Amino acid sequence: MFDAFQFEFMRNALVAGLLASVACGIVGVYVVVKKIVSMSGSIAHASFGGIGLGYLLKFNPVLGAMLFALLSALTMGLVARRTKLPEDTAIGILWALGMALGVIFIGLSAGYAPDLMSYLFGNILTVPASDIYLMAALDVIIVALVIAFYKEFLLLSFDEEFGTVVGMPVDGLYLLLLCMVALTVVVLIRVVGMILVIAMLTFPAALARQFTHDIRKMMLLAVVFGMLFTFGGLWISYALNLASGATIILLSGLILLLSYGIAGLRNRLARGNAG
Amino acid sequence: MAAIDVVRLEDVWVRYNGTPALEGINLKVAEHDFLGIIGPNGGGKSTLLKVILGLITPERGMVTVLGNPPDKSRSRIGYVPQYSNYDHNFPVSVIEVVTMGRYGKAGLLKPYGRIDKEAAEKALGRVGMLDHAGAQIGQLSGGQQQRAFIARALVSGPELLLLDEPTASVDSAMQTDFYELLEHLKEEMAIIMVSHDIGAVSVFVDKIACLNVQLYYHGSREITPEILEATYKCPVQLIAHGDVPHRVLREH
Repeated sequence: MFDAFQFEFMRNALVAGLLASVACGIVGVYVVVKKIVSMSGSIAHASFGGIGLGYLLKFNPVLGAMLFALLSALTMGLVARRTKLPEDTAIGILWALGMALGVIFIGLSAGYAPDLMSYLFGNILTVPASDIYLMAALDVIIVALVIAFYKEFLLLSFDEEFGTVVGMPVDGLYLLLLCMVALTVVVLIRVVGMILVIAMLTFPAALARQFTHDIRKMMLLAVVFGMLFTFGGLWISYALNLASGATIILLSGLILLLSYGIAGLRNRLARGNAG
Repeated sequence: MAAIDVVRLEDVWVRYNGTPALEGINLKVAEHDFLGIIGPNGGGKSTLLKVILGLITPERGMVTVLGNPPDKSRSRIGYVPQYSNYDHNFPVSVIEVVTMGRYGKAGLLKPYGRIDKEAAEKALGRVGMLDHAGAQIGQLSGGQQQRAFIARALVSGPELLLLDEPTASVDSAMQTDFYELLEHLKEEMAIIMVSHDIGAVSVFVDKIACLNVQLYYHGSREITPEILEATYKCPVQLIAHGDVPHRVLREH
């Protein structure tokens, strides 16, 4: 096992896992408590259009994904706030349009698309150093925004109407939050792939919620869980020769379901004892 | 010079997609008034509060709160929304919820400081909830949550307190406590409370108005069958009225 870590790609994989866990742990908490899971899923899938554009115009597909993720986040936020279109209709439209654009762009680009699968399903073992720097920069931006706007995001997530009443610019902050989700999608794309991003945004935060009622502790716990899932999944995928992204998600999903099962059982036992 | 009205609405009209929600509302609330507004569900009670808060701009009519347009006066209004308006599992403590009421004083990007924390503790003390400061908001009983949200409204030192269906979540044993708290608060501020609970409102408030798209303002707290019938559009029976606190029942 430890021989594997001699290789540079394994070291890159560990750093990438670490950076991904920080972003998904912190932003995932907002995604879960503000209930914008499907909206985040839509942002993630729409980013495929940018990956296709990268292939077509021969620039780094991750940058294309960032462009499309940010654009779809802003579009979705504005549509949800400024039009009468139901939110889940907007989610469905952008989700599908982004993916369709990606397929067309990739079809138009000359030759075949190398490592397309790694953008769709992730491959933590092939993250290039240049993407690691981008991930680190995005992590810094995300953490700085959460520290600066901590009290705003808390009020936004808890009681938006009251936020308006006390004079908080809720629409602007909502757009900012969606943009942070978009940046997190970009951080996670290389690790678990755009199709599975939504799992990393949800599972660690949902698991952390089982253990604490303090949103800051929830973020810390979610980051730790994200690391455990990433490295545990990576190790299992290495040992059993499975796809790393999918193994990470399956492992975290199993642990989350297990934790819900234990919590349910405990509640039942507690009720049984009381009654 | 006469004191400025705390709330003043003149010929206010609001429509949702063509359906009238408020028609020709005229309302005046003076300092230290305790006004109860009753009316059926869908009668525009919450809409009226949102007009006073400036969250809804009426298509016609004039609204002034404390002498200014409502959005300019928001920092001087305390607002207690309906109980059902938030996620009861949200990971937030009582003191954190109350501190949110200081947002207008702290402002964008500035973290809450010691003054804010002290103000939050003082407000929790006033509603008798200081012992529960660290609890998660959803772990409290309905009545305790209501008190926490009143503390959040009080923490900025408002001159007007708006309560939307405050008794919906309070069990009847705690309702008397709740109204006693409001009795104390009205010495410092004007209070407007909307409710469909006719009985409770008519006992405790000073003035009553009935709202069903139009406002049937009565001034005193004595309600006549005619006003109730006009408001509820169905026969309503007054069991007792006069000097004794009266109870009103709806006939089905």
